[in-house]
Amino acid sequence: MTLLQQHAEAARTPSGPAVRISSVTKRFGAGPLVLDDVSLDVAPGEFVCLLGASGCGKSTLLNLVADLDQPTSGTVEVPGGRPALMFQEPALFPWLTAAQNVELALRLKGVAKKERRERAGQLLELVRLKDAGGKRVHELSGGMRQRVAMARALAQDSHVLLMDEPFAALDAITRDVLHEELVRIRESQSLTVLFVTHNVREAVRLGERVVLLSSRPGRVAKEYAVDIEQPRRIESPDVARLSVEITEDLRNEIRRHGGQS
Amino acid sequence: MSVFTTKRDEDLASLEAGLDALESHVETGPSRGRKLLGAAWPPLVALALLLLAWELAYRAGLKPTYALPSPADVGLKLWEQLRDGTLPSAMGTSLSRGGLGFLLALAIGTPLGLLIARVRPVRLGIGPIVSGLQSLPSVAWVPASIIFFGIGDAAIYAVVLLGAVPSIANGMVSGIDQVPPLYSRVGQVLGARGLSAARYVLLPAALPGYVGGLRQGWAFSWRSLMAAELIVNSPELGQGLGQLLDQGRFLSDMSLVFAGILGIFAVGIAVELLFFAPIERRVLRRRGLTGVRH
Ligand SMILES: Nc1ncnc2c1ncn2[C@@H]1O[C@H](COP(=O)(O)OP(=O)(O)OP(=O)(O)O)[C@@H](O)[C@H]1O
Ligand SMILES: [Mg+2]
Repeated sequence: MTLLQQHAEAARTPSGPAVRISSVTKRFGAGPLVLDDVSLDVAPGEFVCLLGASGCGKSTLLNLVADLDQPTSGTVEVPGGRPALMFQEPALFPWLTAAQNVELALRLKGVAKKERRERAGQLLELVRLKDAGGKRVHELSGGMRQRVAMARALAQDSHVLLMDEPFAALDAITRDVLHEELVRIRESQSLTVLFVTHNVREAVRLGERVVLLSSRPGRVAKEYAVDIEQPRRIESPDVARLSVEITEDLRNEIRRHGGQS
Repeated sequence: MSVFTTKRDEDLASLEAGLDALESHVETGPSRGRKLLGAAWPPLVALALLLLAWELAYRAGLKPTYALPSPADVGLKLWEQLRDGTLPSAMGTSLSRGGLGFLLALAIGTPLGLLIARVRPVRLGIGPIVSGLQSLPSVAWVPASIIFFGIGDAAIYAVVLLGAVPSIANGMVSGIDQVPPLYSRVGQVLGARGLSAARYVLLPAALPGYVGGLRQGWAFSWRSLMAAELIVNSPELGQGLGQLLDQGRFLSDMSLVFAGILGIFAVGIAVELLFFAPIERRVLRRRGLTGVRH
């Protein structure tokens, strides 16, 4: 199958999904099945949170969407072209300054030098780090690094942003602020976001839809529409109510693996 | 969207500015000049004690004067050699040989290291040989080089290359091996493939290990050169420091030998301190890898 044809075809049909995962299974070598018949469509502009226990295959699925790995069977389509991906660690390059990290993404896209500088400045301003562009990575705090990583991901100018537990390593206060930032930036850039987390409240705080994955093998267990208006607060009763419901399902899902006891 | 502008947005901005300020630490510590001063005096004291012990040994007459001259004799000889230009010219000759040999080693060792690091059959086949070569004292190559190339510059450079190329290649290999796989994946996500991945991700990420290898490569170049010069000696060849040492041995002139040793020491240390140390420090500091003092 040629990816280019798929891209061209899907680009012609604007109503199609931004990400289409169809009957994907994944197995590493001769190991156990990690993903089993996973199908998921993400609509353009939608914010979907993928929720699941540790080791259930969330990162594996995201890597398939990012084209870092190939499915054993099934197809993954991203009609809008290569998606941007944010990892759990900021993974900034330490030999570059914050601004140069952002510029590198632009350079690899073939953006001309003068435009690169300008665009990187705008993106850093968007994540409120206008004055930190000249700083080295080790001079930035964890939250600032993740914001630079976000600016770098946005520099790829993809319509789809994949995020693999990007805030898991941050303290609660910083994480809360970054949630707010992400929602703000997402709306201003009309991005499609596929956000992986094992934190139920985070999923409910951010997503328009939460997809619960089962473990071993990973399957889509259940989906939840989050009908709470943004701006939400992670400690609000609405978020808490849905979180309780999802947590109960997640627990039952995990219990299945414990046998009879 | 409109909900987010104005008040709420400003609140968030100020909250974030506060967090950033709280979490970024300003590096403080003694100034660089003071640090240098602090590092300089212990070796100076040690040196003074050494000279004192030497002088005492000389006065006690432990050995005849031709075998153990006084520090003042050596100092005088050194001054003499410096003034009549013998020592500076020998230093210049050796330094240019060492420099050229190092550059040749760089030109060979760098691509060799890349090949070993990136091409599996090459790594399996040649990798162990190259790391093994590093532990072979390069003076062992001198007889073979003389037989193969005859007494001449070629023999000298061959020994230098055999000494320095493995260090540089191994530095490259360990530099590349230490690159976190995450960096390559980030490069891939950003669209870096093949050559651009090497240029923008792999090579800069491998730089600290590579620079360490270069530094070691220079040390090996210099040692190998001295071993070679000491043995590869003929009137047609320019007189380097090694040849100066050999001349001192021939004349049983211990002061000359000591002056030669001091010359070798000075050049080796100067290149290390004035050239490699600043490069390495710069590379490490840019990445925040120098130890932060608390
Ligand atoms: N490259 C690989 N080779 C072999 N097995 C792998 C590989 N990557 C992942 N796995 C296995 O696949 C399963 C799912 O891993 P994955 O990293 O996708 O989980 P996850 O849901 O992201 O977990 P976490 O919440 O801990 O990040 C795990 O059992 C893991 O051991
Ligand atoms: Mg994961």
